Amino acid sequence: MSGTTIRLKGCRKAFSDGTVAVHDLDLTIEAGETLAILGPSGCGKTTTLRLIAGLERPDVGQVFFGDSDVTRLPIERRDVGMVFQNYALFPNLDVAGNIVYGLKVRGVSPAERTKRCSELLELVGLQDHGKRSIHELSGGQRQRVALARALAPRPRVLLLDEPLAALDAQLRERLRSELAQLLRGLGITAVFVTHDQGEAMALGDSILVMEHGRVAQLASPRDIYQQPANAFVARFVGNLNAFSVIEHTPHGLKVSGGELPWNGADLPATVYCRPEHLRVMDSEGHLHGRLVGQFFQGAQSRLLVDVGAAQPLLVDSTDSAIHAPGSLIALAVEPQVLFTLSS
Amino acid sequence: MRRSTLFVGQLAFTLLVCAFMLVPVVMSLLAGLTRNYFQGLSSGLTFDWLVQVWQAYSPTVWLSLQLAVACALCVCVVGVPAAYALVRMNNRFSRAFEELMVLPVAMPGLASALALLLTYGQFGGFRSSWLFILVGHVLFTLPFLVRPVMAVMQRQHLPVLEEAAASLGAGPIRRFFSVVVPNCRAGILAGVLMVVTLSLGEFNLTWMLHTPMTKTLPVGLADSYASARLEVASAYTLIFLLMIVPLLVALQAISARLSRGANR
Repeated sequence: MSGTTIRLKGCRKAFSDGTVAVHDLDLTIEAGETLAILGPSGCGKTTTLRLIAGLERPDVGQVFFGDSDVTRLPIERRDVGMVFQNYALFPNLDVAGNIVYGLKVRGVSPAERTKRCSELLELVGLQDHGKRSIHELSGGQRQRVALARALAPRPRVLLLDEPLAALDAQLRERLRSELAQLLRGLGITAVFVTHDQGEAMALGDSILVMEHGRVAQLASPRDIYQQPANAFVARFVGNLNAFSVIEHTPHGLKVSGGELPWNGADLPATVYCRPEHLRVMDSEGHLHGRLVGQFFQGAQSRLLVDVGAAQPLLVDSTDSAIHAPGSLIALAVEPQVLFTLSS
Repeated sequence: MRRSTLFVGQLAFTLLVCAFMLVPVVMSLLAGLTRNYFQGLSSGLTFDWLVQVWQAYSPTVWLSLQLAVACALCVCVVGVPAAYALVRMNNRFSRAFEELMVLPVAMPGLASALALLLTYGQFGGFRSSWLFILVGHVLFTLPFLVRPVMAVMQRQHLPVLEEAAASLGAGPIRRFFSVVVPNCRAGILAGVLMVVTLSLGEFNLTWMLHTPMTKTLPVGLADSYASARLEVASAYTLIFLLMIVPLLVALQAISARLSRGANR
């Protein structure tokens, strides 16, 4: 299966009540790439997916699959596979009936259909479930059937609308890695929508973060996390410590609780870092403060350290040492994990 | 265990109401099987009246069945797409249309029939054929199919199922027949049985629209009450009940299944 490049050129979509869901969106998704569209509800991510699918038509702008303009084509002529949020399996058909539906529509011969159906059942690990009714399936099984059904006609593009949102946490984690493996293996161009940053990071080759119908940032998961384009992206993809700079010193930046190493040329008013980039030290550190809270989270613990700023610092530590409440904590930080944000 | 007086009172009242409604039916059935109703059961039981009714009125039975089946077909062909359109539009216009559709049920049948006669009465061939009655029946029974089908459609998350079918390459017509209709089967079946039942028993409209050559069962019944012996008319009722009771039982079974489906 090979992918198709998807291009959106200046796509805008407003709804009948006047709210603009997507503002003049330009976007290129390379062939074979998996793009995660991430954002809070109402940010336009689902509308973007539906524009690509052909379930919505842009008011202005064009959609291209490869070199062909598909803006005017309805979904049934775009050759896409889609996994819906609640899977939308046909309750009147059994599992196999659902999977071969797209093949039947395309006039594939019964023998070929049966062959393809067993291929796909095997791909999603449901070999013996072909004759099951949809009502007998668990949530995870339904998700797999929906995926198999979407893939059966060998679509050019695979679209997934919150594919794991309807599952419980443990199952979601497992299916997430399964899905990631599957998408990599197929090499199909895939776009999926999610509000879960962990899912976006695990599955996406690149992530498009949307805010109020506009692109906030389009980058690799690593860049989104480590070099967020603005405060919205930074806060949406993880927790954040902010340091207000009191004054610039020859070797760094003076902030509440100590001095941060800084070798950037610019002299920012605020610098940021992620909670896991603050290291708890035995005695010497860049920052010193008092422990005001400690939460055991299994693999790591989260410490709240008051350094005299408005908010206590968040520190994620894999060190299992237990500190007494109110004890003095020394924290160290590497200069390269500090970043600034344009607001 | 001692039952309270209240319970006994309620039981007696319930039985009384049941008797009030059921005794006339039983009386009528017995009348149809009694040799001489005025002498009572002592005159003996007989199937003669049934045979006599069948000889005189069997064409009305066949015509009624033909009408009911044709009516169910027409209502399906018109009603299922109509229900689909109304559910999809769901605006002020569609709600107004829904009300309008119920009008022939609310209006006295004689009035609707008169309107039909005024409009189409001059087309002689049409006026004297059974199709004229069919039009009346379709008008009258349409909402009884459209309503349950709409209810099922609204429950089934059809829009997203249709989007799924479209994403797999199915065009609008294919989607209608492969997704919409199969997922509304229960509603359609319930509607069809209701329509058949109503069409078989319809008298008001039919009485105005019929000709001597196109008499349906209920019209024949009225005829026999007016002109023949009471035993004949009662035997006629018996035949009607034999046709309609199995239908009503089926209707009940389907609506029970429907409400179970809704709870799932």
